[in-house]
Amino acid sequence: MNIAVTGLNATDNPGPGIPVIRSIKAHPDFNGNIIGLIYDSLEPGIYMEEMANKCYLIPYPSSGLDMLLERISAIHEKEKIDLIIPTLDSELYGFAKIKDRLSELGIKTFLPTIQQLNIRAKDNLFDFCTSHEIKVPKNILLTSSNDIYKIPKDFKYPVVVKGIFYDAYIANNFDEIKTAFHKMSAKWGYPIIVQEFIKGNEFNVVALGDGTGETIGAVPMKKLYITDKGKGWAGITIDDPNLLNLSKKIISKTKWKSGMELEYIKSEETNEYYLLEINPRFPAWVYLAPNAGQNLPYALVQLAMGETIKPFEQYDVGTIFVRAAWDLITNLKAFEKIAIQGEI
Amino acid sequence: MNSFNIPPNVAVSDTGFVFLPTTGETFTLNEIGKEIFKQLQQGKGYDEIVDSILSFYDIDKNSFERDFNDFVMQLKNYSLVVEL
Amino acid sequence: MDTKKRYERPVITKHYSGFMNKIGTSSFSKPKKDIDGVAVTDLVEKFGSPLFVISEKKIRQNQRNAVRIFKTRYPKVQFAWSYKTNYLNAVCSVFHQENSWAEVVSEFEYDKARKLGIKGENIIFNGPDKSRNALLKAIKEKAKIHIDHFDELYEIIELCDTEKLKAKVAIRINMDVGVYPKWDRFGFNYENGESWQAIKRIITNKDLELIGLHTHIGTYMMSTEAYRLAASKLAGLARSIKEQFDIVLEYIDLGGGFASHNTLLGQYLPAEEVIPSIEQFADAISSGLFELNFKNDELPLLILETGRALIDDAGFLISSVLANKRLSDGKKALIIDAGVNILFTGFWYKHKITPAQDCGLHTEESAIFGPLCMNIDVVRESITLPLLKKGDKLIIEYVGAYDMTQWMQFITLRPNVVMIMEDGSVELIRKSETLDYISEMELLPLKLSLK
Repeated sequence: MNIAVTGLNATDNPGPGIPVIRSIKAHPDFNGNIIGLIYDSLEPGIYMEEMANKCYLIPYPSSGLDMLLERISAIHEKEKIDLIIPTLDSELYGFAKIKDRLSELGIKTFLPTIQQLNIRAKDNLFDFCTSHEIKVPKNILLTSSNDIYKIPKDFKYPVVVKGIFYDAYIANNFDEIKTAFHKMSAKWGYPIIVQEFIKGNEFNVVALGDGTGETIGAVPMKKLYITDKGKGWAGITIDDPNLLNLSKKIISKTKWKSGMELEYIKSEETNEYYLLEINPRFPAWVYLAPNAGQNLPYALVQLAMGETIKPFEQYDVGTIFVRAAWDLITNLKAFEKIAIQGEI
Repeated sequence: MNSFNIPPNVAVSDTGFVFLPTTGETFTLNEIGKEIFKQLQQGKGYDEIVDSILSFYDIDKNSFERDFNDFVMQLKNYSLVVEL
Repeated sequence: MDTKKRYERPVITKHYSGFMNKIGTSSFSKPKKDIDGVAVTDLVEKFGSPLFVISEKKIRQNQRNAVRIFKTRYPKVQFAWSYKTNYLNAVCSVFHQENSWAEVVSEFEYDKARKLGIKGENIIFNGPDKSRNALLKAIKEKAKIHIDHFDELYEIIELCDTEKLKAKVAIRINMDVGVYPKWDRFGFNYENGESWQAIKRIITNKDLELIGLHTHIGTYMMSTEAYRLAASKLAGLARSIKEQFDIVLEYIDLGGGFASHNTLLGQYLPAEEVIPSIEQFADAISSGLFELNFKNDELPLLILETGRALIDDAGFLISSVLANKRLSDGKKALIIDAGVNILFTGFWYKHKITPAQDCGLHTEESAIFGPLCMNIDVVRESITLPLLKKGDKLIIEYVGAYDMTQWMQFITLRPNVVMIMEDGSVELIRKSETLDYISEMELLPLKLSLK
């Protein structure tokens, strides 16, 4: 079986590609090749031993779907791809839109629908949550710089200023909102979300929905160490039935199809979980899941191949991941190959 | 016409991949760029280069002169050539 | 001599981490050498450059497709061509042949539609500016007047009274459908009760007949949910009108505003990935209309004033490279003969721009500037294109909407517009302007004459 995976950018803001590959390869039944689909010749995953058998540059999603499809077909001719697992937020709309055309080529996917992607888009999440009685921080959507002045007076500082795909800043006053807003709109465009800051601890859940509302597996994690960029650098699996039930409810209400990460904050005041985000793909810490007893990436592969699988029922509490920085050594030849030929 | 000096330690591969060891920068040349760059490395001046390009490629002298000057400007911009 | 190799300008590209994305040896984008089977070189030879090209086939396809999509979801559908989007006579006529009515927003557009042979009753007269004279004409010709504000309503009441006329009217309603910015400057507001007040005022007047409700929630809309909300709010109003006054409305008009496949500046993902399809808009609108709960024979006509989504991809602008330049920071710039004077939408779109001839494999990041001697004349800040030389042609796509109405005669003259007909023939539909044409309306006081 040949599985193509994107997001080999295992950098300080890591893409989930490498942990997804590690999880799949860790499964005793897996027998096949991994093809890395990359956007840059310096994605560290290219240079890791025993990760991708082959890597190909593909065009950025923002350069248009026809070009992406053309490139994938060319790679498919050589590699006979059975399944593509895109792992980056910014790709998912694109892949969701071309999934039928990929399937005509004989390439399977297991992706959320456009509607599901729209629900989790930061601007719609609020409505989704309120209509299903899921707690969510107050937020407002800004679509122009004038909108900064429309932030309701009852928002308490600090607030979180977020881009539609990436990035978040904490702003302690109006001027900081303005600075963060301009930084982000220049980089990612509109809309920008300003959200109430809920004081408390963050909890994350990695999960897999089968598309009918059933949760195939879910593993909750508490970050133990957070970098100055807000990335979890270490975390531990925890046991909290409330958190699991809430996550299952979200999967059931959205009929979520594909891997996902749910981000929550547990309010210090009320001890209730507030849903911050639904990320429509596995997180970069997904390798914790197979090691805690739920190989969710491999289960996704099985679902994509049409197998029926039983939901996971338990996981090991207290399993820890610690992320490490690790220098890989390569030479100019390998770099030249990828830079000039676009494959390695 | 002027002649040009390319730093001695610049490496160009057959694929057009350029590595500048003093700074660690890397570049890609297109085919004609590679052709010209190699001739510059050999110490050839504009007059020699223009003759060879015009004999192999479908281009007139004026257009090539214009493109050549633009190319040298790009090389200078990246410190890949010093005009003597 | 003919054995010489194809020449391409020499270039060197520096590798930047995060910006190294040359896809092997495959060409970046395939050239587009023809439009609807007509060679770009032939078009330019005959009609010059720059040149607007409109595809009759594409317009008809788009319109038929949209009608089919809506009719399979709601039984009674009527499209009205939004004149301001593109009011070239040939374009309007294609839409009218496809049974579209006219949707106009000024007396000029109203007269244009009448002159093309559209009956008053098939004209929807929108907009905040309808002169007394225009109103009088529209009332007499039984046009569907969509009232924008109370001043207009009272003027119509007064006109009907003094001229002893009866008018068929609808009102435009603005509402909160969760879309920012809110378009609350057109029509009567729903939430504060203003629209209901206007409805009552019309119904109690003996000369006015309320025949429809209209809303137009925005432009380049990317949310289908907003349309569902808008449709359900109008449907709710229509039901209240029936229940309280026993009046069954003739139609509900959901306006236009569907996004086209053009990507906005500042939009990270390409439009084709994020914008909903016409099917999705139609699903949203038809599910909103369920609120009506009317008997089948009482169902109002659904009117759509779709503009951009029906014409944008039927328009192309062929342009020629005038010069290659290198800016002070080493960045490449391309000067082309089409500027913002004829590509007004360049101010908000990242148009798809494709070379019209074979080109090499190498690409280069460059800015595209128009020909105007004005700093604002920027067609694109930055785009990756194959290496182009003076005289090469580019095709700027998705320019059917607004470019041929919002264009301006500025510094230079506006170019020819041709239509490629369904049978492959090419018709000139607007001649390029001449100095005489532009000067015709000018008057020079005698004492200023140099002659």
